[in-house]
Amino acid sequence: MAGKLMDLKAAAALVPDGATISIGGFTTQRHPMAFIYELIRLGRRDLYLFGHSPGGDWDILIGAGCVKRVELAYEADEAFNTVGPRWRRAVERSEIEWEDYSNFSMVARFTAGAMGIPFMPVRSLLGSDLIRQETLTPEQRFADPRTSPRKLHVMDSPFNPLDRVVLVPAIHTEFAVLHVQKATDQGTVRIEGQTFADVQQAMCADVVIVTAEEIVEDDVLRAEPERNPIPSLAVNHVCRVPYGAHPYAVFNYYDYDPLQLKEYHESAKDDAAYRRYLDRYVVGVKDQVGYLEAIGGSARLESLKAKPPFGYRPDLKRRV
Amino acid sequence: MATPRYTLTELMAVVAAREIADGEVVFAGTGLPMLGVMLAQRIHAPRCIIIFEAGTVASRLAHLPMSVGDPRVMRGAATAAGLMEVFTFVLQAGRVDVGFLSGAQVDRFGNINSTSIGSDPRRPSVRFSGSGGACDIACLARRTIIIAKHEKRRFPEKVDYVTSPGWLAGGTSRTESGLIRGGPSSVVTTMGVMRFRPENKEAYLASFHPGLTPQAVAEATGFPWAVTGATETPPPADEELRILREDVDPERIFLR
Repeated sequence: MAGKLMDLKAAAALVPDGATISIGGFTTQRHPMAFIYELIRLGRRDLYLFGHSPGGDWDILIGAGCVKRVELAYEADEAFNTVGPRWRRAVERSEIEWEDYSNFSMVARFTAGAMGIPFMPVRSLLGSDLIRQETLTPEQRFADPRTSPRKLHVMDSPFNPLDRVVLVPAIHTEFAVLHVQKATDQGTVRIEGQTFADVQQAMCADVVIVTAEEIVEDDVLRAEPERNPIPSLAVNHVCRVPYGAHPYAVFNYYDYDPLQLKEYHESAKDDAAYRRYLDRYVVGVKDQVGYLEAIGGSARLESLKAKPPFGYRPDLKRRV
Repeated sequence: MATPRYTLTELMAVVAAREIADGEVVFAGTGLPMLGVMLAQRIHAPRCIIIFEAGTVASRLAHLPMSVGDPRVMRGAATAAGLMEVFTFVLQAGRVDVGFLSGAQVDRFGNINSTSIGSDPRRPSVRFSGSGGACDIACLARRTIIIAKHEKRRFPEKVDYVTSPGWLAGGTSRTESGLIRGGPSSVVTTMGVMRFRPENKEAYLASFHPGLTPQAVAEATGFPWAVTGATETPPPADEELRILREDVDPERIFLR
């Protein structure tokens, strides 16, 4: 394929067992779900995830046994489901290693990594148990050199001793995987709507894989470079994946899928039902085409299509 | 018995809306806070600005978002960026007047737990979503309003985990921790409104919802606090209810 274009399965196969990854999006939007499903089909193990507010992207990976350690601020689909069911069980059964931060401190950590500096000061966290408590033990931290030796450091400003900040350590990952609206074979990327922390996550990763709703001509995106937030030199691979974030939303393309989200949340509360969900929608189908057929094909997808000028589906029935 | 004129969710949304002043910059999370801000914008605070941590400033919401990363928050927004811009330039720099918070437990000083239940967070009996942006809002908004379900186990003397710092141990402990501003101004619960005395940050009951008594609220709380002197929460006006039902949440996303 031309330039940086790559088949989705080939791109997912680049990620080895044990890799550190950050995944783009925020709770209910722009997660590279098709890529996640491929990782599950490949049976990846011991993945090490960094994120701020993931949703079902992490939850389904955790449930499938792909994940060993995570550093995060939040794991849920907000009003659709206030705690990720598989995340919750994995913690309560001690099946996962994790460290808690806040959204701001996690994004500050990605930003430090993206900027090439060792840490970032923030005025948040002070007084909270996010400072006093650590869930990763010192042994767990030292066992993996990719984990910061310390969670954070409280410091008084060298310029004014009355000014206290919290230093949070930079994040570097081996992979960042994003799902965006448009990309090109040259690795030029267009994100429409909120960017979340996708830019910082890309810029602190060794290998950046972008899955996109559409592949467009490079000149088209270069005509408005101020709308392309990630330098193409940082993007390694681009995959064309229409509906690649389903059941989550992509601004200007399609809305979230309340029926599918409900089925996932209800299934994921129960071990056997979760396995059946995986069999039916992920491991029991060959690829993204098979997935889209399993969830209801073009009729379902048509019902989710965004309507201008909203960028979402104003008549979508959301309480199902 | 006659059908009640309003539900508890409607009452709480109205009470939350009344906490917002016109022109204020409001950092809102999913659920009841969104109802409160949208209602306030349509009644007494048309110039209040809503901020979503996922990256939007000053949305003119046409449909209730179900998450702060919902494409619906883009509608009419003045600016769309990312989390870092909102957390640094807007929140940390001191531009947020009011932040809304909620959690599984709230203690006598307005500290909130949305992380886990149990004394050791490494081995929790129940695990929740975690902070998200809640800790950041609690640390850096000029004041916070907490929304909570009022039950004895949810209002303990001390929360199991301080996800979002309130007045910490009361007195001057918040300032001593290094936090530069903020703190909870009120807790809107399913039974009433809790506030904090400015001099020592002790909680007191400011109002109890219609049909309840101060004693009933005290009995549903896991710490001793002042409930005498509280007045009845003014019930929602017909116009507030109409706007809430017809304009803010006609899809019944959060209204019950």
